[in-house]
Amino acid sequence: SNPFEVKVNRQKFDILGRKTKNDVGLPGVSRSKAIKKRTRTLLKEYKEREKTNVFKDKRFGEYNTKITPEEKMIRRFALERQQNYGKKNIYNLNEEEELTHYGQSLAEIEKLNDIVDSDSDTEERGTLSAELTAAHFGGGGGLLRKKVSSEQQDEEEEKPKSRKELIEEMIAKSKQEKQERQTQRESALELTEKLDNDWKKIQALIVRKPPKSERKDREAEKPKPDEYDMIVRELGFEMKAKPSERMKTEEELAKEEQARLQKLEADRLRRMRGVDEQADKKKPSHVSADDLADGFILDKDDRRLLSYKDGKINIEKEGEKKEEEEEDEEGGKEDNENEEESEEESATEDEDDDAADSHADLESDLESEEETSGNKEEKKHKTNKKESQNVEELGPKREAAESELPYTFAVPESYEIFKSLLAGRTIEQQLIILERIQKCNHPSLAVGNKAKLEKLFGFLLEYIGELATLDLPELRTIDKLVLPLYNLCQMFPEAASDSIKFILRDAAHDMEEIIEVKGRATFPGLDTLIYLKITSLLFPTSDFWHPVVTPAFMYMSQLLTKCRITTLQDVIKGLFICCLFLEYVSLSRRFVPELINFLLGILHISLPRKQAQGYTVVHPFTQGGKNLQLLLVCDKEDLESWQKQNLPLSTVMRLKETSRTEINHIRLSCLALCFDLIKKCAALYESLPSFHEIMHPVRILLTQHMPVNEYPEKMQEWYHSALKELESKVKHYTPLICEKKKPVPLKQYTPKIVKVLEFGRKQAGSKKEQERKQLIQRHKRELKGAIREIRKDNQFLARMQLSEIMERDSARKRKVKELLGSLATQEGEWKAMKRKKWKN
Amino acid sequence: QLPTGLYKKVLVILHDTVLPYMNEPTLMMDFLTVAYGIGGAISLLALNGLFILIHQHNLEYPDFYKKLYNLLDPSIYHVKYRARFFHLTDLFLSSSHLPAYLVAAFIKRLSRLALTAPPEALLVVIPFICNLFRRHPACKVLVHRPSGPGDISEDPYIMEEEEPSESRALESSLWEIQSLQNHYHPDVAKAAAVLNQSLSEMEDDISGLLELSGYELFDKEVKKKATDVPLEFEQIRGLFGKKNDIFAEHFSLD
Repeated sequence: SNPFEVKVNRQKFDILGRKTKNDVGLPGVSRSKAIKKRTRTLLKEYKEREKTNVFKDKRFGEYNTKITPEEKMIRRFALERQQNYGKKNIYNLNEEEELTHYGQSLAEIEKLNDIVDSDSDTEERGTLSAELTAAHFGGGGGLLRKKVSSEQQDEEEEKPKSRKELIEEMIAKSKQEKQERQTQRESALELTEKLDNDWKKIQALIVRKPPKSERKDREAEKPKPDEYDMIVRELGFEMKAKPSERMKTEEELAKEEQARLQKLEADRLRRMRGVDEQADKKKPSHVSADDLADGFILDKDDRRLLSYKDGKINIEKEGEKKEEEEEDEEGGKEDNENEEESEEESATEDEDDDAADSHADLESDLESEEETSGNKEEKKHKTNKKESQNVEELGPKREAAESELPYTFAVPESYEIFKSLLAGRTIEQQLIILERIQKCNHPSLAVGNKAKLEKLFGFLLEYIGELATLDLPELRTIDKLVLPLYNLCQMFPEAASDSIKFILRDAAHDMEEIIEVKGRATFPGLDTLIYLKITSLLFPTSDFWHPVVTPAFMYMSQLLTKCRITTLQDVIKGLFICCLFLEYVSLSRRFVPELINFLLGILHISLPRKQAQGYTVVHPFTQGGKNLQLLLVCDKEDLESWQKQNLPLSTVMRLKETSRTEINHIRLSCLALCFDLIKKCAALYESLPSFHEIMHPVRILLTQHMPVNEYPEKMQEWYHSALKELESKVKHYTPLICEKKKPVPLKQYTPKIVKVLEFGRKQAGSKKEQERKQLIQRHKRELKGAIREIRKDNQFLARMQLSEIMERDSARKRKVKELLGSLATQEGEWKAMKRKKWKN
Repeated sequence: QLPTGLYKKVLVILHDTVLPYMNEPTLMMDFLTVAYGIGGAISLLALNGLFILIHQHNLEYPDFYKKLYNLLDPSIYHVKYRARFFHLTDLFLSSSHLPAYLVAAFIKRLSRLALTAPPEALLVVIPFICNLFRRHPACKVLVHRPSGPGDISEDPYIMEEEEPSESRALESSLWEIQSLQNHYHPDVAKAAAVLNQSLSEMEDDISGLLELSGYELFDKEVKKKATDVPLEFEQIRGLFGKKNDIFAEHFSLD
């Protein structure tokens, strides 16, 4: 362009590698551009500033998105016709109306229609159908239009199909076409084959000796299979032995197991102390790369890995060892497997491996060597299945026993169905059913299975509760049912915690209501106690805070402080809860004041004389009053004949028909249990700094008020061991010292020295800081730009206003001049006339 | 004299429905003094009326703090009128002119009794004690004694002593609160751990905690949303199948 319009920003020094954006500018051009833009926008706005007229679009349905364009057109057309209806040209009598569609006459379209149809129908292999191309490359509108138009022609349809339907239809159509094509091709192939065969038959007859070249050709085509070649081929296609994982030695296995346990234990300890929960949250659990995120957690790697010892594969040894490690109750399982097969089945998924391994292990492991590809989980599943098959084949006896049980179960939809499924079955059968339900509906098999199995957990829990509330509680069954419950819990921790929390909330709510109505609470039924026990089995009770265990703690504390002790059952229930408390805190050694209070109260109600001195019992026990003889046994004979026995849990439900002696025995057992609990408490809390203050009332009661000599010898043993545990602890106090505060450093004024790594670049600490600075700078730049723009706008406007004013002024001046001029001429004329008159 | 039930009813409403409308509230002096002397819950309730008399009608009550001190027994954490009692005690002990030995005795006794308290009461009493420390910095030796003797074989504090000045509370330390740092309830443990550090200047507001009930605590815990539920990793073997299970020793599944 014009060299006089170019402005060059001269660089003082040339620097290699620097990109200069603004070295050449066209100030004139850009200015004129800016002015033009302003005249287009700002000036227009300025000129229209006091105009209030608005342009209204009254076209029918122009801005209504609900109406499809087709319909809109139709309605508009109808409106137009309505308007024109009255104003018909009266002189034009028989005007044929021409029907149009999109401005084209329908007659013409009809003529063309055939061609279009034939075009769309012809299907060539490999080419895309016309409709498809229209849909893909012609935009959605084209498809829509075409479809609708054809539909309209075909039939009178009020509402056109939606886009989705259309596409679905199209897909279905194209699929159908594809299938047709395939069948066609197949039939063609068949025909050619047939033809070939026929030709071969005929060939032998017709041409005895084909020309040499042809024969050669054929030979080249089908060379006679050489033996060597065949072997080579075979070798080539044979699956190569893939490297499997190195077999681990026994020590390695033991080490791995130990490391795993150590890790889990460390995790538990960290949660127990309740420190750095943030870190905990950041990395909630180890997620393996193979994790399918289906909620299925491999609790343990249950596959028995092969290991060598003295050159022999030691599977059997290994199995035994593992069992020893786990202190497996079902230890001799492998020996007398045939007898105990039903029990084996009771073992759940992971024990199922153990059970079946003596037979299936060899096979499955050898197989697993071959099928090392694929992820572990899949493999495990596969082996599992295989093993279960094996087991099923192996046990003809069991098969006979289970012949009435189907092999697949759907997860029951409601609790009633679930109950009816389990009703009337033996424990073993119930366990088999549960296991099969779990296997058939494993979350990796189908999408909805996870929710179903989560529901199953709730059903199982409810079922256990119901079993516990029976008149004769089926505790043995519950004992076994806990295992599937544990496995389900491992699979779905969230759902499990939610359902247990729900149960606890209900129970606590009930108790609160009873307290509000009656003013006192009673102990809950056996089911709640069992639930609390199950909670301790499913969840780690040593955590500082746990979503399930902490509410359970609160609930148990409420039970021990709010519930009245009126019967012997209440005492047993209370002691059960005490045991629960002890079990909950056995690892964390947390202090439970309610527990000591309750034990003290229990001891108090076993005393013959209630002149409690030196100690105070607290709620729900009272110093004097009713229900104080609950644990008092006076009968000498009963005292003599007592043997320490385990308290059957069913006594919690009913205690009516037992004889007086038995009741006395139960009382004494309770007392012995109480002594033992005190001993355990003492062992647990010895590290607390105020251990002696805590145990002071109990010690006073034991030493000063207990009628030890009246008790049988066994009881005295319990008593003395508890007392010894209490008194053996040394008194030891160290004065408290606060943790020192970290001294806050004074503000320093020495300059901060930063090493310069790269000149010309801002040195900032972290990436975040740099980003922040960048943002600030960008903001500054934008702000400056905006201010400049606004300033220029204002200048432009001012200029415009000024020119307007100048124009107006000049126009006025001109007009005034004109007027004055005309007046002057008038005056002149008038004077001239006057002069004329005078002259005349 | 009145039966206990009626006594309680009268005392509950006395301070806000009877006393303000009497011409001569001082006439109630004898009644309240007797009630205060009875002990237990009735004494706790009589406190409220007495406080009004002392506060607004210039009643001189000898050994008031001694009696208050002796009112503290394990039941104060369990009775229904816990909130009222702690509210009043907070008022009585809010004066900064009280001698340090007295406040220390109160602190020591309250924390000793806290060893038998339920968590909802502990959540009140621990901030209460912290507030006392803030008001009376001289008592801080109870939690911070850097130049004391190394080990003691006995807690110097005498629980049975009725006279606060003789209880040797200032020579003791708050081992009770240290024990409570091992409490099973996470909030209690956290509250007790506050005393490990030097206290902040601001007093805690305990008025919101006074009416706390066990059920509310439970509800609060249940409603907490957890992102992640840790699981027991030890394989189970039945209801009582754990290692060293206490239940297996004492209960049978029959």
